Amino acid sequence: MTERYVVAIDQGTTSTRCIVFDRRGQLVSLAQQEHKQYFPKPGWVEHDAAEIWRNVERLAPLALRRAGITLDQVSAVGIANQRETTVVWDRRTGAPVGRALVWQDTRTDSLVHRLLEAPGAAEVQERAALPLATYFSGPRLRWMLDHTPGLQERAERGEILFGTMETWLIWNLTGGLHVTDVTNASRTNLLDVRTLDWSPESLDFFGIPRAMLPEVRPSVSVLGTAKEAFPGVRIGAALGDQQAALFGQTCFTPGEAKCTYGTGSFLLLNTGADLIRSDNGLLSTVAYQIEGEPAQFALEGSIAITGSLVQWFRDQLELITTAPEIETLARTVSDNGGCYIVPAFSGLYAPHWRSEARGVIVGLTSYITKGHLARAVLEATAWQTREVVDAMNANSGLTLKTLKVDGGMTADNLLMQYVADVLDVPVVRPLAAETVSLGAAYAAGLAVGHWPDLEDLRRNWHRAAQWLPAMDPGLRASEYGNWRRAVERTFDWIQPA
Amino acid sequence: MPGTVQSIERAAAILRMLAGGPGRLGLGEIARSLDLAKGTVHGILRTLQHVGFVEQDRVSGHYQLGAALLHLGTSYLDINDLRSRSINWADPLAARSGEAVRIGTVLQGRVLVVHHVFRPDDTFQTLDIGALLPLHATALGKVLLAYRAARPGASLDRFTHRTVVGARELAADLDRVREAGWATDIEEYTVGEAAVAAPIRGYGGLVVGAIGISGLVERICDNRYRPHPRLVGYVRDAARAVSRDLGAARH
Repeated sequence: MTERYVVAIDQGTTSTRCIVFDRRGQLVSLAQQEHKQYFPKPGWVEHDAAEIWRNVERLAPLALRRAGITLDQVSAVGIANQRETTVVWDRRTGAPVGRALVWQDTRTDSLVHRLLEAPGAAEVQERAALPLATYFSGPRLRWMLDHTPGLQERAERGEILFGTMETWLIWNLTGGLHVTDVTNASRTNLLDVRTLDWSPESLDFFGIPRAMLPEVRPSVSVLGTAKEAFPGVRIGAALGDQQAALFGQTCFTPGEAKCTYGTGSFLLLNTGADLIRSDNGLLSTVAYQIEGEPAQFALEGSIAITGSLVQWFRDQLELITTAPEIETLARTVSDNGGCYIVPAFSGLYAPHWRSEARGVIVGLTSYITKGHLARAVLEATAWQTREVVDAMNANSGLTLKTLKVDGGMTADNLLMQYVADVLDVPVVRPLAAETVSLGAAYAAGLAVGHWPDLEDLRRNWHRAAQWLPAMDPGLRASEYGNWRRAVERTFDWIQPA
Repeated sequence: MPGTVQSIERAAAILRMLAGGPGRLGLGEIARSLDLAKGTVHGILRTLQHVGFVEQDRVSGHYQLGAALLHLGTSYLDINDLRSRSINWADPLAARSGEAVRIGTVLQGRVLVVHHVFRPDDTFQTLDIGALLPLHATALGKVLLAYRAARPGASLDRFTHRTVVGARELAADLDRVREAGWATDIEEYTVGEAAVAAPIRGYGGLVVGAIGISGLVERICDNRYRPHPRLVGYVRDAARAVSRDLGAARH
């Protein structure tokens, strides 16, 4: 019998990847394509959804060719996507209306302030179990309806469709199926977490026509069959990328947590079938839902800028030529020299949620070299993780005993050691750094019976690396104090207009 | 004597121009000065850029000498870059072989471990990234020696009774490595352990590192004391996959 495979489409913030996985969850081939980032104004970030779909079309056959397999050997396709990025398109032509507004985009800042003052705002937040914030896609959709002439009327007439990236890709893959999954829907401000369907009251509050919204489906279920890119193959799953990583790390039990280090970093803690509401800056979110079973929830700590700080260091300051060189540069010095960088480029996310904060570099003296700056860049990621872990321990009543990590930055040995040092818990990397894609593949494979159950997936998890804390407690405490003082200096920078 | 290669002559002329000029030069300027078609010059510049000998300013599009030219004598590939680019292939190698994976490059006459993946049995293991190993007594080191990425030291230390310590014996061993395309060490560094390694190549086929597995000799070797062909195949596949990524990579 010929070996069968599962393909993941990982539609990320900077690139789209198609990855082929074998029965043991090991990567067989990978094809990747970056897409253009548009920054039309400070705080605005856009993508061309049509370009992203073209990339998927191009990458699909490439990934299969590199794996040396044919379409009939593919059991299922799973999708993991950048979350909260908002796409609007014409139902008839399939053409996007304007560019997609990316999750990092903060243009809805003043809109969100207005909405927070409006009657019903508290109930909207209660129903969605999410704060009303620029981070989520509901306000972005409202902004697009406000700023595109005639769009509201066309949406009312059902001519215009809304979706996050997975919805856009499934629509294109299947030739017109308009669906989303619960994890992505839980990031819109529009979902009622009790019914796991769109809240009519919240839609009224935002003035968003129901006709433009996709149908909400479980994350792990056969959503449809592809006509394009993977013709004939079933789409077995869609998950927001961070939920996919939680799935790929096989964190299926309450209390299990992972942190994915990418452009931003996201720590998710499985809280089981109970939704835990956060009172200290974490998000309650749907972790996944298997068809026919209750949804599982998670607490999430989102950090906006981690890997993208390294990219900024490379592209804007031009102090390194490739991202991994940050470690080489950081190792030219033995400490940060008293310098701290707080990358509040578009405000601070968890646990602070300060949209008016902006980045600072503090502790500059004539002693500071680019090596110290490189250290400060890496340390910023570790300390931001520490703040989120502290909030999570306080909120959940659980104490994190070990942190499972994944994502591109786990290749940075110095950083991973520093994370273990500042958290004072072991940090472990699984034998599959590509857990976002793996989670999408696992979920899709589970839906079509490629893998029998969650236990079978769990048996595929193995430890590939482990970093043990080795920092002097006194040094840890004083560095954390310095970091917190640096964070305070980012607050209140942007003044209300 | 065979004729000279025209494109290399032209590349040399471009490099001399960039080295002698006032700073950054535009494509048109270079083409006019050398009396060559823009397309020809562009192709050469792109190639020079790919190997790091030329850099292009992002804003003006002008060209200047690249940092790699200044460091021709040292390794062109940053070790953290090498780890980052090989991590996706080292993991599947560990999963398929069931053994620990290491990637090594040369540092001051020894093998520097730049990446380490645990043996996937969830037992307690310690990361040894940054460790230095002898060249002549390890499979990783023999690969680096065989492909001239490193030179053997003056004295060949003995670690076990099987360590190759004779210069001629080692040379013959390295001949076999080049012929086969992979290297082994069977109880030559540590009694009871064996390893298999293969070369990681960058652009132009230059060997920039080695990737290999190591473990208990009874798991790595068959009853004839030779590595299992299946394991050798996995190692070579992983080495080729990393090499393909490095060769195809553009900055």
